[in-house]
Amino acid sequence: MQGRSEEAMSERKKLALIVHSGTMDRLYCAFILGSTATAMGMEVHVYFTFWGLAALVKGGFEKAGLPATYKHMEAQMKKKLAEMKYPSLVEMLRRMKTSGLLKIYACSPSMEMFGIKREDLIPEVDQIAGATAFLDVASDAQVTLLV
Amino acid sequence: MKVKPDRTLDCLGLFCPEPVYRTRLELDIMRVGDILEVTADDPAAEMDIQSLVKRLGQEVISVTKKGNKVVFLIRKVK
Repeated sequence: MQGRSEEAMSERKKLALIVHSGTMDRLYCAFILGSTATAMGMEVHVYFTFWGLAALVKGGFEKAGLPATYKHMEAQMKKKLAEMKYPSLVEMLRRMKTSGLLKIYACSPSMEMFGIKREDLIPEVDQIAGATAFLDVASDAQVTLLV
Repeated sequence: MKVKPDRTLDCLGLFCPEPVYRTRLELDIMRVGDILEVTADDPAAEMDIQSLVKRLGQEVISVTKKGNKVVFLIRKVK
């Protein structure tokens, strides 16, 4: 997908997304919004924190399931998604990265709290950052969401 | 006058965000002036595809509903 078209970076609309959740349903919500935004030519900045950061490790998205309250529905939901030929979380991440319009930030204190090192994270992470850096990015965003 | 598309995209059975993503891929490889026909039956597609085309600065020639299907004709203008 062509990311950097004739539209200057400064003219692009921007989506700032905080991913606090690490369950499959909420990660899907975030990635559907993010991958649609990149398809629309928006810059997408995603800050993974708490459970979202815990899922940002290698293999994390593949293992994401439903929260305890809905755990009994997980197998059926995964089966239905496969029947729908629905893109996986990993595929949606690939789409966003291929666009050239995605930046991923990993929350530094969450990394420390969970004992996660940089090398444990997926290689697509652009930056380890704190709240200030993210708020600076989000200050210029037209759309800011927390999932 | 019936417009003849240069490319067609079948999104039947696909759900958000697939129709939008695949439409974007088609637009990326089209030449300026080419017309794309997209068919979808996701109820969200009627608004989604039009929003995508608007945001990308391309042209929606027509949106036609046929039962539970929607057919878009889109021209790449830039």
